Amino acid sequence: MGMTFEKKEEGRYVLNVNGYVCPHPQIYTKKALEKLGSGDFLELIFDNPSSGESIEAMIENDGNELVEKKTESGQFEWLIQKA
Amino acid sequence: MQQQVANVATAETAVAKMTLEEEAKRKKRLWALGLLGFFAIVSVGTFAYNEYYIYLSVYLWFGMIYGMCLQYGRFCFSSAFRDLFAIKVPRMLVGIVIATLLFGAVSAPITAIGLSTFHAAPVSSHAIIAGVFFGIGMVIAGGCASSSLYKTGEGNMNALIVILSLSLTQALFADVGGWANNFVPEAWTQSAAARGLPASINVTDGWVDQYLAGYVWNQPAVTYAEVLGMSNASVSGAFVGNLLVGIVVPASLLLAVVYVLYWRKGYRRKQQKAGKDVSGFTGELAGYWSMIIANKRTAIAGLILGIACALHMLVIQGLRVKFGFKNAGVLLERIGWDFGLSVQGTVFDPGYWYVTTQEAQWVGWTLQKMGVENLDNIYFGFVNGIPNPAINPADWMSFALIGGAAIIALYHNEFKFKKPTWETAMWSVIGGAFMGIGARLGLGCNVGAFFVRVANGDCSGWLFGLGMAGGAYMGVKFFNWWTERKLAKEAEACGL
Repeated sequence: MGMTFEKKEEGRYVLNVNGYVCPHPQIYTKKALEKLGSGDFLELIFDNPSSGESIEAMIENDGNELVEKKTESGQFEWLIQKA
Repeated sequence: MQQQVANVATAETAVAKMTLEEEAKRKKRLWALGLLGFFAIVSVGTFAYNEYYIYLSVYLWFGMIYGMCLQYGRFCFSSAFRDLFAIKVPRMLVGIVIATLLFGAVSAPITAIGLSTFHAAPVSSHAIIAGVFFGIGMVIAGGCASSSLYKTGEGNMNALIVILSLSLTQALFADVGGWANNFVPEAWTQSAAARGLPASINVTDGWVDQYLAGYVWNQPAVTYAEVLGMSNASVSGAFVGNLLVGIVVPASLLLAVVYVLYWRKGYRRKQQKAGKDVSGFTGELAGYWSMIIANKRTAIAGLILGIACALHMLVIQGLRVKFGFKNAGVLLERIGWDFGLSVQGTVFDPGYWYVTTQEAQWVGWTLQKMGVENLDNIYFGFVNGIPNPAINPADWMSFALIGGAAIIALYHNEFKFKKPTWETAMWSVIGGAFMGIGARLGLGCNVGAFFVRVANGDCSGWLFGLGMAGGAYMGVKFFNWWTERKLAKEAEACGL
């Protein structure tokens, strides 16, 4: 399955990068966040553990907020709010 | 009533799901124990058969430590440069620089007393060019040579494809002759021919052969201590020349640049938001320190990795002295495995952490078994040989590295069998091939040509690193274009 980026509802988007390895998840996340407006939410779905470390650091560095982290059977579902 | 029944059913489903997850975790931990037991049985069993096998087991257990550290700390040289350029995150680069400093600090006393197994590599611009190839490859592949091994241990089959591509490319590139000879400068051919290498090597046929014997071997192989007129095996040479001048000063400067360009702004914003004072030199120092300790997991892994790397050299050297040989080719002959030794009777036996040559060797051995004559080149035929992977010391290290990573991933419930897609498989093949060429041009990978060399004061180490950084920058530029192209289409559909 390829990357998908969809609008779930007003101000809430879903980026699914399951199956991708570094550096795709982090670059797609960075670019998706750049496209969102301030206060918008991004639901990020990925399954590459090492990308998670980089994405978390990126979110913190950029001043965005990691609102929720869920992990199930090797799949990560994170909710990010853009500052 | 219906609502109560529904609540009970939901609660029961949740409990059943939790029980299943707990059971899955328990099974993974059992697998981890099983793997550890397997390596222990290999070690004890082979030692009981012949005491010389302890030499291979030393490689095995240090390989396992490397694998555990890499997986635990998510240690990836590709990530170090790529995340810095792509998403401005310096976390991994800082971790790797710290690990290199620690490795250097533990290596220095071993070098000072003359027990180091390290030998400097030739220094010239070829190290930068090789690093560029390698840097492009590691970004495209999604991991460097060492991280592809540990990610394979996590069940990532993309990483396995990277290893296969890297291994095959090296084995083929090291042996390519014929048409490729047309691209060899005449001066290299003449210089290579004048070396008087054995006729079986046929040194004037083969691009890499003439590159090595006609160019690379003519370059000086020196450490910072030697450049400053000191001996490596002296306190001043090891601690001042190699450690202070060769590692501490450049590493501190690199970290300072990274702090100013990639860390300072975010740190100050966070502190100011929390109402803390960040002014003056003390504020800068606090910021610098916060960058160093930002990722404890990587720092802890780096600490153990650095110490293990240095101890590995010490233990191998001790065994060489005990058994009375300088290269494991002698040991393999003594235990009755003499196929695939080089014309000098040697095999690849670095005496420290190394990744790529043993990968090329197992493909070289396989190709030889399929009827390809590949012992007529310098890489296999004159220096490293192509011993059976089952008794190749460095291969024991790589297999155990994958095993060690798998053990930690299983134990932490992070093991997941990940099937490649066509797109990710394509990147793995292309990236692996670039890394394979870079590794042979640079006589090593991110570990052998950068990490180990920098930590031991070899002047070529930072040059390879500079090339890697340049290559990684190009790789990131390419992926920025590629992902922007794909995401733009999706974003347009969302009205963004």
